[in-house]
Amino acid sequence: MSGTVAYEPLLLRNIDKPGSGTIDVYLAGGGYEGLRRTLKEMTPEKLLEEVKASGLRGRGGAGFPTGMKWSFLPKTKDKPRYLCVNADESEPGTFKDRLLIERDPHLVLEGIILASFAIESRRAFFYIRGEFHKGARRFQKAVEEATARGFLGKNILGSGFDLDVTVYRGAGAYICGEETALLESLEGKRGLPRIKPPFPAIVGLYGCPTIINNVETLANVTLIAERGAAWYAGLGRPPKNTGPKLYCVSGHVKRPGVYEAALGIPLMELINDRAGGLLRADRKLKAVIPGGSSMRILPAAKCDVLMDFDSLVAAGSMLGSAGVVVMDDSTCMVGALLNLAAFYAHESCGQCTPCREGTGWFVKILTRLERGEGRAEDVDLLIDVASRVEGNTICPFGEAIAWPIDSYVKTFRAEFEEHVTRRGCPIGAGAFALQAASVTGH
Amino acid sequence: MTTPVRPETDRKIDELKAAFPQPGSALLPALHAIQEEKGYISTESMEYVAGKIGVAPAFVAGVVSFYTMFQQKPVGRHHIQLCRTLPCALRGAAAIRDHLVKRLGIGVGETTKDGRFSLIEVECLGTCETAPICQVNDEEHGRLDAARVDALLESLR
Repeated sequence: MSGTVAYEPLLLRNIDKPGSGTIDVYLAGGGYEGLRRTLKEMTPEKLLEEVKASGLRGRGGAGFPTGMKWSFLPKTKDKPRYLCVNADESEPGTFKDRLLIERDPHLVLEGIILASFAIESRRAFFYIRGEFHKGARRFQKAVEEATARGFLGKNILGSGFDLDVTVYRGAGAYICGEETALLESLEGKRGLPRIKPPFPAIVGLYGCPTIINNVETLANVTLIAERGAAWYAGLGRPPKNTGPKLYCVSGHVKRPGVYEAALGIPLMELINDRAGGLLRADRKLKAVIPGGSSMRILPAAKCDVLMDFDSLVAAGSMLGSAGVVVMDDSTCMVGALLNLAAFYAHESCGQCTPCREGTGWFVKILTRLERGEGRAEDVDLLIDVASRVEGNTICPFGEAIAWPIDSYVKTFRAEFEEHVTRRGCPIGAGAFALQAASVTGH
Repeated sequence: MTTPVRPETDRKIDELKAAFPQPGSALLPALHAIQEEKGYISTESMEYVAGKIGVAPAFVAGVVSFYTMFQQKPVGRHHIQLCRTLPCALRGAAAIRDHLVKRLGIGVGETTKDGRFSLIEVECLGTCETAPICQVNDEEHGRLDAARVDALLESLR
């Protein structure tokens, strides 16, 4: 199952071309041909059927089938429909959407136009995290270029279909990547997730039917329109894990970066062949987060796994945002978890008590363990508190911290206990410094 | 009527209000525009923008304090935002922080006396392939080590 097979990039095919990101380079590579053909030959219903048939699952984290999501829109058309693009890429260890936005924005924009056509939306919003200054400028420029060439605006390519795309910048809040928090933010409010149901497909932006899709998901829609659902459905590990995928590899590897492969590349191939292996030859692999900081950790012994949605669920974790964070044996798991707990404590929106208070408890308990002031009961206390956060919050943020807490403690229990019995970090602050000092909370 | 912002910013906010199906959506871009002009968002600016958009000043204050990028007091001319989250931490972000603190002679959350630099720690900037990284105002600087930090500080007048 391993061994590097030559892989022709699909999502990243343009990024290294001179002038990448401009509409001319995109058009020269066959860009907007899929859109042209679709508008000429297909109805919105047919395109939706194509996306369903492709097997495309959302690339934002949950892996929900995209075509099915679109089909949840009400049949009535008495209200405007909106497409919101989730470009609020904030999951620690994830930096794939940013690459597409900066280096091939038209691949994403073509997907936005196609998706809007399929769901019959005439207005799309591109919600991009505030810190992506360059990305917002590049994408705005792409929108202007596409408008000037008739791919956006009124009567696109003579089809009678109209669409405007508005770039909307966030302002620094992880929670706005949660789709209903994103909608609140887009309405000019604090990003507090909404209670569901109703789901956004029924009651979304401004109370209207709304679809929210991730950047990479929409880039995949472009590929499907270009080459067809049957071709797409044959990539990766059909029938449920189809298509290409962008994997972000960071941490203790020689070549951190975004790597494209068909869904289901072996994790160790990704680390050793693509990312060049461990940063230091004198150290051993200790653990890997396979799908962004919210996912359960895999110890080295469990890293012989395929990187697709269902294989990772079977391995006890999830593909999530495909943010692969590699840790060698110099990493203190208590310190790593404390770092993440501080992140979640800072980013909790504060709406639900279990999350707001629980994240603070995690920071407190992990800080005292790392400082050598831990108590014997602290290890079980972490698991207990995590179990009371999970499932008891409005949005999946509760799970996003409960899963790491539960899995790091259970997987590396001896190391956590050693922090108590040896009254401090056995790996040493020099190897992984305590980083919670300046955390201010909400 | 006098406004705490320049006429062009005031006009821009009017345009923003008209650009969305509901004027409330103009609040975040309006706050970005105000911060771009003034460097931070004062109480006076909050009252002004509340009046423009048609929401309560307290609502605006709630929004400003919710989003970490909105500053409520002036920051340095070069606002250094150092990532502290796991992928950067694994690649030595703590040592970069300590080096910055030593070189600038200020703590995290502080501004140098001459107003040239301010230093804060931020959460994952989504650029983990060049960890450890910081953003200075709008620009990213990756693969930091002590020498690169020194060269960077030197280049920022």
